[in-house]
Amino acid sequence: MTVPFLQSDAIASWGRVVRASHRVARPRFTDELPALIAASEAGPALPIGLRRSYGDSNLNPDGRVIDMTGLDRVIAFGRETGVMRAEAGLSLSQALQILVPAGWFLPTTPGTRFVTLGGAVANDVHGKNHHSAGSFGASVTRIKLLRTDGSAHELAPGDPMFHATVGGLGLTGLIAWVEFRAARIPSAQLDAQDAEFGHVRDYFDIAAEAHTRFEHTMAWIDCLSGGARLGRGVLSAANWRQDGDLTPHREDPKLAMPIDAPGFALSRMAIGAFNSIFHDLKRMRTGPYVSHYEPFLYPLDKIAHWNRLYGRDGFYQYQCVLPPTTAREGVEELLKVIAASGQASFLAVLKDFGAHAPAGLLSFPMEGTTLALDFRNQGERTLTLMADLDRIVLSAGGRLYPAKDGRISAAMFAAGFPKLQDFRGYVDPGLSSAFWRRVAG
Amino acid sequence: MQAQAAAAVTASNRVVVLGALSAIAISAARIYAKEGAALLLVARNQQRLDALAADLKARGAVLVETAAVDLEAEAMSAPVHMAQWKQRLGGLDHVHLVYGYLGTQSEATASPAELARITSSNYASAVQWCEAAANIFRKQKSGSLVAVSSVAGDRGRQSNYAYGAAKGGLALYVQGLAHSLAPTGARAVAVKPGFVDTPMTDGMKKGGPMWASPDQIGRILRRAADKGGPIQYAPGKWRLVMMIVRSVPAFVFHKTKV
Repeated sequence: MTVPFLQSDAIASWGRVVRASHRVARPRFTDELPALIAASEAGPALPIGLRRSYGDSNLNPDGRVIDMTGLDRVIAFGRETGVMRAEAGLSLSQALQILVPAGWFLPTTPGTRFVTLGGAVANDVHGKNHHSAGSFGASVTRIKLLRTDGSAHELAPGDPMFHATVGGLGLTGLIAWVEFRAARIPSAQLDAQDAEFGHVRDYFDIAAEAHTRFEHTMAWIDCLSGGARLGRGVLSAANWRQDGDLTPHREDPKLAMPIDAPGFALSRMAIGAFNSIFHDLKRMRTGPYVSHYEPFLYPLDKIAHWNRLYGRDGFYQYQCVLPPTTAREGVEELLKVIAASGQASFLAVLKDFGAHAPAGLLSFPMEGTTLALDFRNQGERTLTLMADLDRIVLSAGGRLYPAKDGRISAAMFAAGFPKLQDFRGYVDPGLSSAFWRRVAG
Repeated sequence: MQAQAAAAVTASNRVVVLGALSAIAISAARIYAKEGAALLLVARNQQRLDALAADLKARGAVLVETAAVDLEAEAMSAPVHMAQWKQRLGGLDHVHLVYGYLGTQSEATASPAELARITSSNYASAVQWCEAAANIFRKQKSGSLVAVSSVAGDRGRQSNYAYGAAKGGLALYVQGLAHSLAPTGARAVAVKPGFVDTPMTDGMKKGGPMWASPDQIGRILRRAADKGGPIQYAPGKWRLVMMIVRSVPAFVFHKTKV
């Protein structure tokens, strides 16, 4: 029996700006994939996972999508070697349930564990340990890729198609399974500490010093304060503890946003108050503390559907990276423009990337500093602000993260990703996304 | 090798899953795997069973055996199969019957073959497996049978009375088994899920508070193996909903399209 493509209006990205109709297939077994991926007169398809990408890289409006979350079986896991091979729909959350009790962890992880392995590869995700571990793709040892021409490929590092597929946004073929090398951990607990900085210019020295001593670092930024307190924030840093406690996280979120927040809930004042409280809480915690990986690495996963906080019009996330030579001035300039705009950003995160060679042709991470923040969708006003930010990023020689983007121009994308021309040659003509149609020109 | 692995299961956690490839069965099996159980998975497709077995081993199951069997076609040999499976697991503590076939009422109305398939899959073959499991439990004075019925079995409705009658009959049968097993200490439970978001229900309009995930139902199935009465609604709120549905008088009910 073949798996059908069924009409659905329920497919949205994490930012929820785009409302579109899709035809969705939900396979559950590997043997169902060849029929689904086969080229069709119904137009290009797109494999999708847990839809944590914010913009439109995981959307194919009025087209077909293959929801891979039903393919979530572990194929092999070496408890001694730490090598895990699993179907592409396995979530990082589920992988951790198996890895952690055996003394292993994901080589690196984004700020949510509700991401599939296929998505982690297709977006070459990064985490708080990028300066030490590189991106997720750096630890991937093998990929099974199915193309719409009916061919199947087992890819390994060094193979050009491998490097097109890592960070390839699901456009090079359907990732059937992923094999990666996990990292040894002596405990599920982290020894952490926070350092406060009163102005963003102080961040860079504090971060550079922290990288020499800590595996995980990241900073929260208050985007609303300007002047002498521009980009004040807190840098959190942590190393794995040595206490042998290998208890994984609890699978269910404790809280959930049941409905969309009403508009007034996100007024500038409310956000300011929120950020200020957060800041005070952090300040009260002086000295080192012990934290399980769950709250430290996945603070927002506690609240299911937190994206509803931004109301029913949804939101954009803006994430850029600037190279070391321009990062100090560039980040300061970005924060000035954001503070002046008064367009509240709930979360702003600052993090340095290390000097690892990119794992994929379209990998986002490069040496430098990355800034990520949310903007509630207020239509033209928000788009204009982000276009202003684009100009700063462009002149600083930086680029934007496709997984977060839902609106950049083809020119902006091309300027940020010099390997784009090479990548085009590996794109499967039977696959496409809203993002790709916009930026591929 | 096999006997050694089976001997390693010290807890009373040797489980046979009938219809192991259904989304609900996989959720329940993963809970058992995490507990370090020994599992024997039964479904038709050997290749898919192998993939699931590898997954359950990675998740902590001490032993995963498979049997590629057509549960409808082989129902008359249920006692033989069940005895063999018990042997392969080194004992038998829980049997989960999860397989079933929804079909459509309009096809069942038009085609005797479709009607036969619905009643055979959901009732006639199912009770053979239930009886085979119950006979083992009765003899060993322990063990639990958990069969998946449906809220559709609580009242005949024009939209799915073939399926509903078969699932309702199964629940009655299991209720009777529970009664007969009670003096021995063994148990039988019919679990009645409401709407579950699985491939079986693809094509229906989904979402909203009355829809449950396979994981939710899987947890209820696992818990039902250890405790609770012979008829369990999944989730529990369906008990109240169905009490109301059952009590609507026919002259009102007949005006509805449900």
